[in-house]
Amino acid sequence: MEKIVLPGIPDFNQIEIYLANGGFESARKAFAKTPDEIIDEVKKSGLRGRGGAAFSAGLKWSFMPKTTDKPKYLCINGDESEPGSFKDRQIFEDNPFQLIEGAIITCYAIGAKVAYLYIRGEYNKWVKLMQKAVEEAYARGFIGEKMKETYGIDFSCDLFIHKGAGAYICGEESSLMNSIEGLRGYPRVKPPFPAQRGLWGCPTTINNVETITNIPAIIKNGWEWFSKIGAPKHPGTILFGISGHVNKPGVYELPSGTLLTDLIYNVAGGVPGNKKIKCVIPGGSSMPPLRGEQLEGVRMDAESLKEVGSAIGTGGVMVMDEDTNLLKVLLRISHFYHHESCGQCTPCREGTGWMEKILHRIDEGHGTSEDLDLLIRVANNIEGNTICALGDAAAWPVKFMITRFRDEFEKYVKKDISIPVPNKVHSMRETARPLADLHK
Amino acid sequence: MEFKFTEENLTRIENARKKYPTALAAVMETVYIAQEQNGYISNEVMEEIANVLSIDKVNVLSVVTFYTMYHTKPMGKYHIQVCTNVSCMLRGAYEIFDGVKEKLGLDHMQVSADSKFSLEEVECMGACGYAPMIAVNEEYFENLNKEKVFEILDSLK
Repeated sequence: MEKIVLPGIPDFNQIEIYLANGGFESARKAFAKTPDEIIDEVKKSGLRGRGGAAFSAGLKWSFMPKTTDKPKYLCINGDESEPGSFKDRQIFEDNPFQLIEGAIITCYAIGAKVAYLYIRGEYNKWVKLMQKAVEEAYARGFIGEKMKETYGIDFSCDLFIHKGAGAYICGEESSLMNSIEGLRGYPRVKPPFPAQRGLWGCPTTINNVETITNIPAIIKNGWEWFSKIGAPKHPGTILFGISGHVNKPGVYELPSGTLLTDLIYNVAGGVPGNKKIKCVIPGGSSMPPLRGEQLEGVRMDAESLKEVGSAIGTGGVMVMDEDTNLLKVLLRISHFYHHESCGQCTPCREGTGWMEKILHRIDEGHGTSEDLDLLIRVANNIEGNTICALGDAAAWPVKFMITRFRDEFEKYVKKDISIPVPNKVHSMRETARPLADLHK
Repeated sequence: MEFKFTEENLTRIENARKKYPTALAAVMETVYIAQEQNGYISNEVMEEIANVLSIDKVNVLSVVTFYTMYHTKPMGKYHIQVCTNVSCMLRGAYEIFDGVKEKLGLDHMQVSADSKFSLEEVECMGACGYAPMIAVNEEYFENLNKEKVFEILDSLK
């Protein structure tokens, strides 16, 4: 099976090993082409952004103006704060040089002299690991002023790490740019889009860490090779982070279009105690959840998940078994979005708070069926009425969880449900030990 | 209380400054450096940050009050952060959080009388596959249960 982003070669995060396996050869190959040829190659490969929206990476690059007297910038989004998403840290840890090489190639393609890698503040350890890798790449002349000599070209670029400080909203691209500029992480109104007016008002491209890490492989093996991996409309591999009630949670690199049931039962070892699945959130907490009965035949790519009324998001799969109290889950999700709402737009600032309060009321046993309708109404009044997608991200779980599990939520409001020990599974797992016997 | 950056930290700020076309952009890193030196961000610290970067104090204030990892009051020597978001919650995070609350006698964002511990219920830390987890200051501990968390707390001197 093809591994592109996490090849699993021992010590691949050491520059010697990376070089021994063809490291920085893709950059060399890229510099023999024109920037337009590279953009075209990436466009044809079908690579779609791995940060949530699954937008064509090559197309995004092509929006950058060709003639401008302003400097251009690349931002690499490693804010990774969506609950259920924990893939980028694996790249920082296991494959930092491919990310750096991808950044260099992207800078060349879009004409940027500076790239900022935004890493969330909590990832202090991974910031240090990346910093070390970047310094090594500088010292060896693969990046920075010395790269002119190394590759024999008239182009150089810099890569700086910008450490966040604890704000989910900074994963939103315009908010991320404000954060780099030293401002509060408030999203900006679009248009103008970053390619016209981004960092410091200059043309900017923002890509996810995983997207950028794919670039060297596409340059090395060609667009045709990449376009044939996985689902034709969403090709390549995807890092799936699977968590919750599975025996072997973790990050797995699999071809796009992998069956969700394969991911859960074959790759992640199934559900502890062979319990049934009640609910799966397929792409991080903001994506519409799926019912357990709905999982058969569902494939993990953008198009297939759209067909079943969800989305691929960041590929963060959260599995909940039959004993899960979905009210508590939804309450926790709503608390999160209320906490993380930046407060700029009234529908989101107020609506997320009200949704949390109503869910609290139900949780305390004072809910009614009308509350469930009210929740959906509040969610509908947030969705689409905010500057950024956090509003939608807060609305979707509420709207779809209640609509798709109405039967169960009716039971919560009528208090005729009894879940003996909700949400108590302990791992005590060293690496990938099954949980079942420890649960008894 | 007056606050001055150490010489070493002034060099670090100078290096951070070089990454960006504006001084304002270096504010987040500078606040981190200040927090590392002083433990928390007081008014005096904010004034000195504004001084050193030649930016308005309000710009420092707006950043310090927006991002959750900057503290405007002293935290404990060991700042215990328990993630209770969905993936952790599904694997028993609330049992851990309740246990820690009881053991330390602290609630969310409280500091112990001897300043040894402070407790925070945090949002998703990006360790969902290795849940439940806690962080002590900047270090992650993963694949936990209540007993293991208590062992960690007991080992902190």
